[in-house]
Amino acid sequence: MAQLNMVQAINQALGEEMERDDRVVLLGEDVGRDGGVFRVTEGLQERFGAERVLDTPLSESAIMGAAIGMAAYGLRPVAEIQFLGFIYSAFEQLAAHAARLRSRSRGRYSCPLVVRTPYGAGIKAPELHEESAESIFCQIPGLKVVVPSGPYSAKGLLLASLRDPDPVLFLEPTRLYRLLREEVPEGEYLLELGRAKVARAGKAVTVIAWGSMLERVLKSVAAYDAEVIDLLTLNPFDVEAVLTSVKKTGRAVIVHEAAKTCGLGAEIAATIAEEAMLYLRAPVLRVTAPDAPVPLAKLMDYYLPSTQQIQAAVAEVLKY
Amino acid sequence: MPQDIIASFEVLRLGILDDNGNIDETLMPSLSDLEIGRMYEAMVLARTFDERAVALQREGRLGTYPQISGQEAAQVGSAFAIAATDWIFPSFREMGVQLTLGYPAAQLLQYWTGDERGQLGPQRLNIFPLCVAVGSQIPQAVGAALAARYRRDPIAVVAYFGDGATSKGDFHEAFNMAGVFRLPVVFICQNNQWAISVPLKNQTASASLAQKAIGYGFPGIQVDGNDVFAVYSAARQALDKARSGAGPTFIECLTYRMADHTTADDAGRYRSPEEVNLWRTRDPIVRLQRFLTARGLWSEQSGKEVKARAIGIIDAAVQEMEAIAPPAAAELFTGTRKTLSPRQAEQRKGR
Ligand SMILES: Cc1ncc(C[n+]2csc(CCOP(=O)(O)OP(=O)(O)O)c2C)c(N)n1
Ligand SMILES: [Mg+2]
Repeated sequence: MAQLNMVQAINQALGEEMERDDRVVLLGEDVGRDGGVFRVTEGLQERFGAERVLDTPLSESAIMGAAIGMAAYGLRPVAEIQFLGFIYSAFEQLAAHAARLRSRSRGRYSCPLVVRTPYGAGIKAPELHEESAESIFCQIPGLKVVVPSGPYSAKGLLLASLRDPDPVLFLEPTRLYRLLREEVPEGEYLLELGRAKVARAGKAVTVIAWGSMLERVLKSVAAYDAEVIDLLTLNPFDVEAVLTSVKKTGRAVIVHEAAKTCGLGAEIAATIAEEAMLYLRAPVLRVTAPDAPVPLAKLMDYYLPSTQQIQAAVAEVLKY
Repeated sequence: MPQDIIASFEVLRLGILDDNGNIDETLMPSLSDLEIGRMYEAMVLARTFDERAVALQREGRLGTYPQISGQEAAQVGSAFAIAATDWIFPSFREMGVQLTLGYPAAQLLQYWTGDERGQLGPQRLNIFPLCVAVGSQIPQAVGAALAARYRRDPIAVVAYFGDGATSKGDFHEAFNMAGVFRLPVVFICQNNQWAISVPLKNQTASASLAQKAIGYGFPGIQVDGNDVFAVYSAARQALDKARSGAGPTFIECLTYRMADHTTADDAGRYRSPEEVNLWRTRDPIVRLQRFLTARGLWSEQSGKEVKARAIGIIDAAVQEMEAIAPPAAAELFTGTRKTLSPRQAEQRKGR
């Protein structure tokens, strides 16, 4: 088995699936000749041709809308939006159409579409290149939202997304692209969407995270008896895994790099309150970014949840 | 008649200064030697800024930076036609425009270090914050033009953008609205022929970008974007026309991105050195130098002096920029809202 980083793992997943299924077609800005600005699609146009790896004009709405038409026609399009911060002009296509086509046509048409996009902060890039607006997309009932936390989960989740009958927004944490290497098996393995993973077992407190925050959480809680849940799919999120853990530990801390107000942490905390209130020994805490726009590099350390903040929250709930 | 031609159109291309530095006297705008000298200095300043910014980035003293080299004539020529009361909506690759209009070099550098305080331009300039989301500034310029007319202010609004931006819906929606309302707006596209790795021919099937304006009911003109006189002349006319209430104009400046897309890009992956070398021979600064030399207005010595002055200005700007204390955490919230929410106020105090 090879040690791969996340860029290589995603590239491998795309290549293997394109090999297996000729309905899979990639489209986006700079994905072909250039291999994507992060090189995630490197070599795929050479391997599969310009008809299957399309360099599109600079048109996010047309990329998304065209992908819907392709999907409804029977292909398996993989649309790349170059950065999550540039998806907004395609939001209408995604929210009003991709996520509703099955429902609007009462099942006549479906939209098996994967939208891949780099997401998250910590790479010293220009404005709008480090957004983490995942909760906006989690409010769309027909859409699945997936966030891998490392190379292994990236490949398994992407393969599952590519086989999914409905649209999936696949958010790739840019900070992790080359940060971690893991054993990634060649060939097929699917990680079921909607399933969280216990990334570390523990008894005293449950810490819930995803994407690039998982890595930070695991580092931060080394000295605590903490159970860490890697959510992996944000919508639908794995309620059962969260509740099972919280019922055991009686304490929960949710960590995300998006702004606090109406972040996904709110949904998770509310679910815990509804379903496991009587098991709780402490208030549910959130460690998040503040309610400020994602800043440029000079302010980033003040923005992203830090190890100290995560440890302080864990220590706080353990006081109860 | 059952079949008839209901529309036909021509698209003008304007060039005044050729590669050898010769001009077409009949098309030459009225500019004094002094003014031409100032244009040259502004172009050299823009180039010098760019060179320094790249050097600073390589040393880790600046963040990712989008080079402007090759586009100095398009930027300086158009900026020279802009009046202090006009409003400007730049993209992210407009440092030559900003500098020419008097935006402090230190603040531009500060921005590109990853410090958004660099976006706070001087009060006297009506320059919008630079725009990273491609094309999204174009409809905003249309709105400013609508407001200027509502107020009966005889100003023009200028939107800058690249060839890639012409593929965005915002470009088309903005053009359409500007045409319908006949607004005092000038659209300036620097067609540098690349949008990261995507060449112009994969961006549009149209023979020119200029002609896209025709479909929206106003004129488009293509100018030699490496010819500072042609750019100035076209911009001047379009701005005068806008200010006089005669509606919008689209100016396509055909130029070339001589450098990588940004310091994070490697253009060697997708374009040939031959193409880049060809365009190097069309360097807009060298072209103007040839003109000035023939006029007896340029020599090796005077050229060195201009460069030395530009280096002096940028040296001072770098020093000033590096003396600025890093932003404090509370800066995160600056301008988030006029009045922070109670939660934001708490967070600002140090969560
Ligand atoms: C809406 C949007 N999509 C994608 C990007 C990423 N991106 C930055 S610049 C660029 C190419 C822009 O090309 P063009 O409009 O020709 O301007 P140039 O970079 O050549 O000045 C792309 C795709 C972006 N900034 N905004
Ligand atoms: Mg361009």
